[in-house]
Amino acid sequence: MAEQGVDKGRRRFLTVSTAIVGGVGGVFAAVPFVKSWTPSAKAQMAGAPVLADISKLEMNQRLTTQWRGKPIWIIKRPQEALDALKSLNDRLRDPDSANLEQQPAYAQNAYRSIRPEILVLEGVCTHLGCAPMHYPQMVPQGFDAEWKGGFYCPCHQSRFDSAGRVYQGVPAPTNLRVPPYHFLSDDLIEIGVNPPEQGAAA
Amino acid sequence: MNGFVSRQIDNAYSWVNERAPGATAWWNRHAGQYYAPKNFNFWYYFGSLAMLVFVNQILTGIWLTMNYKPTAAEAFDSVEYIMRDVEWGWLIRYMHSTGASMFFVVVYLHMFRGLIYGSYKKPRELIWTLGVVIFLVLMAEAFLGYVLPWGQMSYWGAQVITSLFGAIPVIGDPLVEFIRGDYLISDATLNRFFALHVIALPFVLAGLIYMHLMALHEVGSNNPDGVEIKKVKGPDGNPKDGIRFHPYYTVKDLFGASFFIMIAAFIIFFGPTMGGWFLEHDNFTAANPLVTPAHIKPVWYFTPYYAMLRAVPDKLLGVIIMGAATLIFFALPWLDRSEVKSIRYRGPITKVMITLFVLAFLVLGWLGTRSGAEAWEKPLAFWLTVYYFAFFFTMPIWSKIDKTKKVPDRVTYEH
Repeated sequence: MAEQGVDKGRRRFLTVSTAIVGGVGGVFAAVPFVKSWTPSAKAQMAGAPVLADISKLEMNQRLTTQWRGKPIWIIKRPQEALDALKSLNDRLRDPDSANLEQQPAYAQNAYRSIRPEILVLEGVCTHLGCAPMHYPQMVPQGFDAEWKGGFYCPCHQSRFDSAGRVYQGVPAPTNLRVPPYHFLSDDLIEIGVNPPEQGAAA
Repeated sequence: MNGFVSRQIDNAYSWVNERAPGATAWWNRHAGQYYAPKNFNFWYYFGSLAMLVFVNQILTGIWLTMNYKPTAAEAFDSVEYIMRDVEWGWLIRYMHSTGASMFFVVVYLHMFRGLIYGSYKKPRELIWTLGVVIFLVLMAEAFLGYVLPWGQMSYWGAQVITSLFGAIPVIGDPLVEFIRGDYLISDATLNRFFALHVIALPFVLAGLIYMHLMALHEVGSNNPDGVEIKKVKGPDGNPKDGIRFHPYYTVKDLFGASFFIMIAAFIIFFGPTMGGWFLEHDNFTAANPLVTPAHIKPVWYFTPYYAMLRAVPDKLLGVIIMGAATLIFFALPWLDRSEVKSIRYRGPITKVMITLFVLAFLVLGWLGTRSGAEAWEKPLAFWLTVYYFAFFFTMPIWSKIDKTKKVPDRVTYEH
């Protein structure tokens, strides 16, 4: 063997093929480490629907519940707040809720809700995830002299109107998200499930 | 008797040296016969102080893990347990939390030293870029550590910082879910942040610090005059303007360390929260996922970058600006076109630009601690951010046209 000299081509082939096969093995070996960071079965199970009873909800009151760990707000809006919504359209970034990811189709209307006066929203600012504060009164505020009611995020001063639509000139890019929900009865809302005719929740 | 003891020590030394001759060589190369410029001044304390704080963080950190519980249900209470019921727990915890802030104090001053004396310039680009990597990893490490006590600021800080990744187009939302390991900041997030904070990143940091030092010892230290001491060597082949790191600078650094420890001890004993600057008031309330504190702000060392994030009324752009503001330090060695390293031999333009840069950084830091609700805050933050970037982007011009004085051949003490 040794007398025959070194077959360089054969040696290079073996080196390269070993390196490639080893590299592929390395990539496969990384899969479990990467995948173990994704939500576990336990975390996924916590995404089950929740019920909310709104029989005692007062006008302008905000009921907060939790679905998938996120705060969910249920708010009863007075007629003058609903009437004011249209007047705000040219100060908003997405007045017609054209961004389909931010609400189910049945909430893509002027009030962003199934029943006009009952608003259901995820209480998570679309900027960096803070919980905006609720300022329902239509009175001038420090952050907006022509305030028509809505939500103000204390973290980075994003503003939303009383349908959760984002104002222009604030860091939040999109309207507050409306979760899938439907009415089981007049007073009972199930969050996380679309109305029966819409099929299962996303 | 004395002769017997010293003979035993000599024997032991020879025994090791026969088996590992590299150990003595290593010591000589990096300390015993490492020649550093003899004109180091006050600003040269901060490298060794950063090392000291690093050791403090590792030591106190190990002790904290002995009682800390990385679960959403127990984390906050376990920290209070350390504070109230563990013997000396309060001291170890305050040494760690004060150490975190002091780490950034010395690192920022260390970076400032590099900036004014041109320590990033050829042939020290590699030292500088490794240093910037250390700075970035340190920021990640500090952020992860701040989440662990699971107070309100821990929780909402984690919420805001992880949401930054959501600004990335297409992969943003799945990426945020991947980082959190859940649909929100939760037990899973806390547990993995703990693992990263106590094992992964300290390990990386230690490796980077070693590389930073080795890169330094390849080319030798810069000095306040920006003179290359290796250019003038004595008959023994060692730089005439150099002195051995050990014992000369180990003694100098020990003096600096004792002064620094005095200040740190004063903070630890008399003002460990620094009035809400080192430990924020809201973090003494347990995390509540349903209520955001009225005024969210990061700890002081992140506030300049936080102010930049807020200065831009666009999510993606704000995140890009914030990231670019930290990454731009990498480019510094190639942006500076001056013939001269040290600010001592540079002209007025450089001095004005650097002074304004420091002021902009400080005012941005101050703005980042405020609520941002006042009308004047946003434009001020915006224009300071513009200056911050202008400082770097126009550097190739002003560093080139600025007047310079002649750099002496040997180091001086006249300043």
